[in-house]
Amino acid sequence: MAEIRVENLLKSFGDFVAVAGSSFTVADGDFFVMLGPSGCGKTTTLRMIAGLELPTSGAIYLDGEDVTFNRASQRDIAFVFQLFALYPHMNVRKNIGFPLKCIGRPRSEIRERVEETARLLRIDHLLNKPVSGLAGGDRQRVALGRAIVRRPKAFLMDEPLGTLDAEFRNLMCEELRSLHDRIEATTVYVTHDQLEAMSMADKIAVMNLGHIEQFGAPQEIYDRPATMFVADFIGSPPMNFLRFHGALSPGATAVRMNGAEIAVPELREVRAEGELALGVRPEHIRFDADSALRGKVFETEYLGTNQIVTVETDHGMIKARMRNDSRIVAGETIGLSFLSERLSLFEATDGRAIKTALFDGGRHG
Amino acid sequence: MAEVRLSGITKRFGEITAVDAMDLTVADGEFVVLLGPTGAGKTTTLRLVAGLEKADAGSVHIAGQDVTAASPTVRDVSFVFQQYSLYPHLTVYDNLAFPLRSPVRRRPEPEIRRRVAAIAEMLRIPHKLENKATQLSGGEMQRVAIGRALVRAPQIYLMDEPLSSLDAKLRAEMRIELKRIQKELGATLLYVTHDQIEAMTMANRIGVIDQGRLIQVGAPREIYEDPGNVYVATRLGQPAINLIPRDLIPAGSLPAGTETIGARTEHIRIQKVSAERAQGTVQWIEHLGDQNHLHVTVGERKITTLVEPDTELAVHDQVSLELIDPLYFDSAGERVRAGQ
Repeated sequence: MAEIRVENLLKSFGDFVAVAGSSFTVADGDFFVMLGPSGCGKTTTLRMIAGLELPTSGAIYLDGEDVTFNRASQRDIAFVFQLFALYPHMNVRKNIGFPLKCIGRPRSEIRERVEETARLLRIDHLLNKPVSGLAGGDRQRVALGRAIVRRPKAFLMDEPLGTLDAEFRNLMCEELRSLHDRIEATTVYVTHDQLEAMSMADKIAVMNLGHIEQFGAPQEIYDRPATMFVADFIGSPPMNFLRFHGALSPGATAVRMNGAEIAVPELREVRAEGELALGVRPEHIRFDADSALRGKVFETEYLGTNQIVTVETDHGMIKARMRNDSRIVAGETIGLSFLSERLSLFEATDGRAIKTALFDGGRHG
Repeated sequence: MAEVRLSGITKRFGEITAVDAMDLTVADGEFVVLLGPTGAGKTTTLRLVAGLEKADAGSVHIAGQDVTAASPTVRDVSFVFQQYSLYPHLTVYDNLAFPLRSPVRRRPEPEIRRRVAAIAEMLRIPHKLENKATQLSGGEMQRVAIGRALVRAPQIYLMDEPLSSLDAKLRAEMRIELKRIQKELGATLLYVTHDQIEAMTMANRIGVIDQGRLIQVGAPREIYEDPGNVYVATRLGQPAINLIPRDLIPAGSLPAGTETIGARTEHIRIQKVSAERAQGTVQWIEHLGDQNHLHVTVGERKITTLVEPDTELAVHDQVSLELIDPLYFDSAGERVRAGQ
């Protein structure tokens, strides 16, 4: 297994810049997820690592070796597409063994490695079954087996769970992650689904318009988003933004908006008067009859243990995640307060996070 | 809009009974969601209402009229399919206007203009009206497909997983939009999905369906809090309800016949304790951002609940578990209620 290092990787298609100079390192054995909306450059980056696409400039190192212009076949990487693609006329054993047969390994070795792989995936009892009769989960395990049987230096996966329904996707996420823990293979995984990223990744790169907006551990990215794009992309419902006009000075512990004073983590930098945004996660909102910040309940969405309450305020719609024991009905007016130490502040014009005490811990620690 | 009543409706395909003697009434102006896994018979039910399938037994009444043998046109329903099916050679405007220009239901052009404009506004695509359907993103195409259904005022709207091809963010927005539009129009809507969040957030009532049979019908809160059996209990709730053998965790006196206890997050109190009082061990805490899943092993069993992001529990902590008013099920999976 191997470390993957990407330096100033750039790819343009004519005038269109798909990947705008990315640099990052995937540590040996890490599960790394590139997350972003369609068109953000995540798949193009993956394809360049795989060797299916050549970069316009920049370099890719696999295990220290510069592979930037190597053919895909010379990179010792396994690429997993939509997991369901199996050879229907072959049984499970032949499907898993196929990549080894292609590179001409001896039959005894193929048998041994196929059986070892099947044990790892807990499908050894299915080896002689035709793939056509298998349940969805088992089919997927066979497809995975075919990817891991070669024991390549790294796995690259492009939205492998994209077509599955929610319930099954959760199950496969758990399984992929536990498989990763068993074989400790460096994995680069591309998805637009933030929940997949959060539940599986060691590190996430959130991408937008060819740029990496933030690179970090899932909880770090969630708790301390570097930009408004990241804050909005991760979390369901996403972070609320309350836009306001004002100036900030270091040491301040509150901001004023529309006459209401809202406590925030202590400011660490100065901002001249301009457009700002306060970022509030839905789970950091409490109902507070005494609060000056008031709004009218627009809609409640029942989710069993929780509910999402949408409140119409002077600062726009705010979504709060609440436990279900508080009964709230649409149309009533309520006061809101925030967990001040968890709030984010942004420069509204370019979306950059403003340094506050929120960033004191975690980031370097 | 109208009431739709299914009585003993049955559809077989060879050996398979896709819909099995289903009784269901969708009241005028009601939003009913049929929830079930792939192959449960959801889509077939919709097609029976629309008249796209012929029932083997039972009847369909729309607005009090027996339409069991009637053709789809006579039934006056609007159907939104899972895969948006737009006319690629037409503009968004003409796609939306299409149902209003059909020979049987032709409306005057000024009225069409008014209604298309109103629907486009509602779906936030007024700036796309002159685009060809093929020049839209997936999300926009699906909105046009929904819009094409909404532009008419039929007896009932039938929708077959209309949001499943959208990305998560758009899906969340469309859930609220669709619910709002349905309320505004006072529309009767029968909607099928396998997505429990769609069912819980939009439905007036949910019908839980399994192998062609309607297992339970009720308001979302009722289905979630008061399921009739294990199957229904496992359909709703994230993380899924924990099903644990009766003697795994002391739960006080159990109703007679209890074999399995169903415990959701709100039924479980977990506390860090010293090793000698511990019943379980924290195996891992899955950080999903806003919601963290706590995985605890009790003997061989795994129990999953939600914990607050700032929980003090850590991996390998020894914990005690207490069950508060959980759900009880007998050996057949049927609910056993305390005091019975």
